[in-house]
Amino acid sequence: METLKERLVETATTAKMKVSGAEAVIRCLLEEGADLIYGYPGGAIMPVYDELYKFRDKLHHVLTRHEQGAAHAAQGYARATGKVGVAIATSGPGATNLITGIADAQIDSTPMVCITGQVARHLLGTDAFQETDIIGISTPVTKWSYQVTRASEIPTALAKAFYIARSGRPGPVLIDITKNAQFEEFDFSYKKCTAIRSYKPKPEINPARIEEAAALINSAKKPFIIFGQGIILGKAETELKALIEKSGIPSASTVLGLSALPTEHPLHTGMVGMHGNYAPNLLTNECDVLIALGMRFDDRVTGDLSTYAKQARVVHFEIDPAEIDKNVKTDVAVLGDVRETLEHLLPLINDNKHEAWHREFKDKQAIEYDKVIKNDLFPEKEKLTMGEVIEKINKRTGGDAIVVSDVGQHQMIACRYAKFNRTKSNITSGGLGTMGYALPAAIGAKMGAPKREVVAIIGDGGYQMTIQELGTIFQTRVPVKIVVLNNDFLGMVRQWQQLFFDKRYASTELINPDFITIAKGYHIPARRVTKREELDEAVNEMIASEEAYFLEVCVEKEDNVFPMVPSGASVSDCRLE
Amino acid sequence: MNESYTVSVYSENNIGLLNRISAIFLKRHINIESLTVSECEIENVSRFVIVADMDEDQVRKIVGQIEKQIEVIKAYYHTDEETIYQETALFKIKSSLLFDERQIQNIIKQSNANIVTVAREFFVIEKTGRRHETDALYDELAPFGIMQFVRSGRIAVSKTEMNISALLKEFQNA
Repeated sequence: METLKERLVETATTAKMKVSGAEAVIRCLLEEGADLIYGYPGGAIMPVYDELYKFRDKLHHVLTRHEQGAAHAAQGYARATGKVGVAIATSGPGATNLITGIADAQIDSTPMVCITGQVARHLLGTDAFQETDIIGISTPVTKWSYQVTRASEIPTALAKAFYIARSGRPGPVLIDITKNAQFEEFDFSYKKCTAIRSYKPKPEINPARIEEAAALINSAKKPFIIFGQGIILGKAETELKALIEKSGIPSASTVLGLSALPTEHPLHTGMVGMHGNYAPNLLTNECDVLIALGMRFDDRVTGDLSTYAKQARVVHFEIDPAEIDKNVKTDVAVLGDVRETLEHLLPLINDNKHEAWHREFKDKQAIEYDKVIKNDLFPEKEKLTMGEVIEKINKRTGGDAIVVSDVGQHQMIACRYAKFNRTKSNITSGGLGTMGYALPAAIGAKMGAPKREVVAIIGDGGYQMTIQELGTIFQTRVPVKIVVLNNDFLGMVRQWQQLFFDKRYASTELINPDFITIAKGYHIPARRVTKREELDEAVNEMIASEEAYFLEVCVEKEDNVFPMVPSGASVSDCRLE
Repeated sequence: MNESYTVSVYSENNIGLLNRISAIFLKRHINIESLTVSECEIENVSRFVIVADMDEDQVRKIVGQIEKQIEVIKAYYHTDEETIYQETALFKIKSSLLFDERQIQNIIKQSNANIVTVAREFFVIEKTGRRHETDALYDELAPFGIMQFVRSGRIAVSKTEMNISALLKEFQNA
């Protein structure tokens, strides 16, 4: 740390004063604008909690029921607000319980600072009580991690942590602080970090690449845009919309890119990927120029790489140089912050309509509607579908809600059918696919965006992985709306077993508890719906509720999510049934 | 096709970075053949020299991932032809052999190895060179009995310039 020559900027409140390391932690968080943090106390972090008590008017701490809940809540907060989420835990098991959330944040580029307590410096490496090598454990799943063993290191470490977490391609940072460092007193002053010698958050923009990209896009007969979460993280929604409207290029989103462009935008053709829409998946293999904006060609998007967009020239707008040519070879790589590069690109793009090419999307969309969407949203069969529940929520919220989904069939259905008018409205675990994500993430999202309706869509499996966070909801009175789509199965695994493992439903059927009784145990109003005619009223009741509300909808047990690109298959083999 | 690549990493001299860098190889199941870390020509800047067998696509991606690490200033990769490289081996041999087996003295002389120390019970030979040279010396000495043998990781400099000082200056002025 001492060897790093960061350029540091003095902030207004940097007058030196003698404080403990624990107090310094709180003061650093306040300097960075944190007002809400999530965590769970324990022995090695107690000095910080003691200071939190003192500062409780300025820094609100939310006690979750498990550290994983704290990490996911911090993620939900970060995704809904665009700010850095903060989670705090004790050493040993407290710290390891954060890891799933940290790994999730790493793969989904969520800005998060985690602070863990650690045994005292003289005990490090002795297998002391509740000691784990959390730096070693977290190394592969953090953007940066650092162990502080002296109080005087705390301001620099936390200033760097926030800078690294939020800049460039965002990500999680872990700062581990030994107990002695929390007790030690030192002269506190705070300087925000604005640069680190070895770290270049944004690659420099090369105007020549942008000109090449523009020429390629202008010459295309069948151009196609896939946008990812980079648009949201880079605050480039306006530029994306302007580009699409000027160029007339049909566009599709990745799972995490959803809500960057309003769902109903006429040039939005849906979602790509394993359970994405038929037209954009298929036409990826027919476009002549593929323009990737802030997305990373995840294997769930590309399917078989050897057949993916082979006919197309590929233009990739990306902030992270390591993503270029990682999965898909590009013809033109436009490095940089996507908002800045799109700003440069826009004036070079010709007005266009691409009407014939659009019709190809519309035609395929009609096929998907007929074979899949109609049956999902307006079913004629007796049992309820997941799709019609999402449709009812759309109708009631007008597409203005933040939809937080867990992982599984319901997630894909929510991503396929939820309508988004506003950005930062789709919060889900994309890269890691973490079951148990949605309930705590919804708590964070609602606290971060209290004026917005936050609806968590969860499966009966994932719900039970962090169900204890109902306690956090009860205690904080955060008015999140929880919808469990209950099919008494680990639905997505069951779907794979049906399609690829001869219907051998090994350990996927769930015998579930009475979710309503559980919700009521936490004093959360709850209702179960088993019939279609009750659904409308129940959704209305839920949305109208001014407090938290739990809605269980019992849906068809063995429904499948289609379209589907089977794992490792070509996107051209997108199956409709 | 796999070949031997030398990955050079210039980084801040910070605790934990070795862990981060080695994890990048581990994650991709690439075995590190040799790894040397030391301070380089610039104060407080460490240089890793890592040798591993892989194909060019892999090494390019690995270097990309290494460069993503916050404390890494710059990473490069080179083939054996593009570098000047050496390693050092130490051989511990019974002192009696030095007098009983005259051939040993010839082997030492012909291989341009140096005697580092001579004690009553043993003497130590140092040989610096390429892997095949230390291997050849090993093969020649092995029949007489080697008490201990150790080889260092590879150290290498590129034939082309790696202008780190200028790059650092640029970073600082940015």
